[in-house]
Amino acid sequence: MAAPVLEAVEALESHLHPTPSFEVDDHPYPKGQEEIWRFTPLRAIKSLLTDEPSDEHLDWDETLPQGASSRSISAAEARLMVAEAPIDRVSVLAAAHSGGAQLIEIEPGAELDGPLTITLTGSGQRVWGHLVFKVGAQATGTILLRHEGSASYATKVDVLVGDGAKVNFVSIQDWDDDALHGGHHSVLVGRDAQVRTVTVSLGGKVVRLAETARFAAPGGSLEQFGLYFVDAGQHIEHRLFVDHNAPHTHSNVDYRGALQGEGARSVWIGDVLIRKVAEGISTYESNKNLVLTDGCRADSVPNLEIETGEIEGAGHSSTTGRFDDEQLFYLRSRGISEAEARRLVVRGFFADIVRRIGVPEVEEHMMAAVERELAVTMGSYA
Amino acid sequence: MSTLTITDLRVEVATESGPKEILKGVNLTVKSGEVHAIMGPNGSGKSTLAYAIAGHPKYTITGGSVKLDDVELTQLSVDERARAGLFLAMQYPIEVPGVSTANFLRTAKTALAGEAPKVRTWVKDVNAALDRLGLDQSFAARSLNEGFSGGEKKRNEIVQLELLNPGFAILDETDSGLDIDALRIVSEGVNRFAAQGDRGVLLITHYTRILNYIKPDFVHVFVDGRIAEEGGPELADNLEIEGYERFIKAAAAN
Repeated sequence: MAAPVLEAVEALESHLHPTPSFEVDDHPYPKGQEEIWRFTPLRAIKSLLTDEPSDEHLDWDETLPQGASSRSISAAEARLMVAEAPIDRVSVLAAAHSGGAQLIEIEPGAELDGPLTITLTGSGQRVWGHLVFKVGAQATGTILLRHEGSASYATKVDVLVGDGAKVNFVSIQDWDDDALHGGHHSVLVGRDAQVRTVTVSLGGKVVRLAETARFAAPGGSLEQFGLYFVDAGQHIEHRLFVDHNAPHTHSNVDYRGALQGEGARSVWIGDVLIRKVAEGISTYESNKNLVLTDGCRADSVPNLEIETGEIEGAGHSSTTGRFDDEQLFYLRSRGISEAEARRLVVRGFFADIVRRIGVPEVEEHMMAAVERELAVTMGSYA
Repeated sequence: MSTLTITDLRVEVATESGPKEILKGVNLTVKSGEVHAIMGPNGSGKSTLAYAIAGHPKYTITGGSVKLDDVELTQLSVDERARAGLFLAMQYPIEVPGVSTANFLRTAKTALAGEAPKVRTWVKDVNAALDRLGLDQSFAARSLNEGFSGGEKKRNEIVQLELLNPGFAILDETDSGLDIDALRIVSEGVNRFAAQGDRGVLLITHYTRILNYIKPDFVHVFVDGRIAEEGGPELADNLEIEGYERFIKAAAAN
């Protein structure tokens, strides 16, 4: 039985996204042909899909600036609060077995003087997790959610952003090579709130995140940036859904990935639904993939579902390819070696996303991580 | 003193209907201290000459040679040619998102000089070069050519020419799309470069307009993949009056 707050929401008509529900039975074990599962290596993430309780946790480290607090809440409380019920089996199991949720709150009107940082570190456990971030009205700040180490981690993350708040929500998947991470991040954007999410997926054997967003009222603005670097044998999947369910809302999605090595696989599914009520909105989504070596595969599927024409604008683009020969030629014609020209182009490709994180030391750390990834196929930086 | 020697250069490009020969035996010698203008109608292959010398992968050299003194450039990679002293100011400079102009300039200067330029003087030099070309200093922080207007891109090519200061510069239709003020500013940049006295300039243009600002020592008329006529600056004046028709007809008759 869904909570009343959820019943108030008009049923989701998008064909790409199943109906959100807290009932495990509403999300049966996938067979593989389902629209939302057909790109995913199901066998590899069996532990994320199998209905078996575990009371293990990731190591929890939090930095809470003035105005922020953290406490655990019951599963029943969590259900009443969430931005959206789980939309897939991984997240419904996460919510069902997490034994409640951790609630991280930023007081209304608070102006965080530094990033609110949650670092989750695994050491091989199987973990079901549920986090709820509640940002009070008019609050401003950056939330940093970091994942490190190794685990089989299924998660439900809710980000509730109050009216007029301005928040940067950064989720970094910097796992060890054997980690499995699946789940559902859902964002609810308050009236006139400005929300930016940055999702960085570097490590892990499989990372599969469904990221959904919708609006609690008109006037909200949502920017979603993503960066992924996929190595041999790695599967990184981001499934985005922006539900323009309120008028005069704005969204912009920009995900960029690079792939290298045999069996490197990325999946990006973008979907924007513009409901009948959503007049005067604007939206754009973009995905770019840079294929650095043979043996990689990038799937990129942008979708737009438009139920009203009374909008400011809507568009999308998707590109997947190797290096732009013209860019390399231009740089090399100035004496820059081919290897260095490639590095410049890749760094440039990602720098534009990394700078959105808004936390200098994390930005540096991420660019350094990109450098390390590049060194795998291009040699170390001289 | 150094010399750029182009001998019987033949170049083809791949097309849907097979390879097509664009350059049909080009002979040209440019000595440092000289300014040569190559003029020709659209489609004559003059831009192909520029890109083939620089080593663009689209063009295949099927015969002949391009030597910078004793170095055979056609045997070198694109960046090796640049490090040998060649520079190409492009007709359509490429946008490179996320790579700041300042970072690009420093990386290029380091690659060409073999060592990083001194931080303090280099920033000053970059700003001064931007100033001279009428570009705001904020351009240094912007992504290379991204969102620059056509004229700003051309100015940025000349900023690079000044800062990288190569032995030989090929300017491919640097004048096209420039308004009269930009044309003057860009021309002054080229003249400053040439005035060092030991640099070679190969100026490729469709119009005589830029020759009001940059005085060539030699003019070559380029038609149908080769040089059809050569002379001094007076040849350009002639073209201004007569146009290319005479040469196009002659080429068609061959």
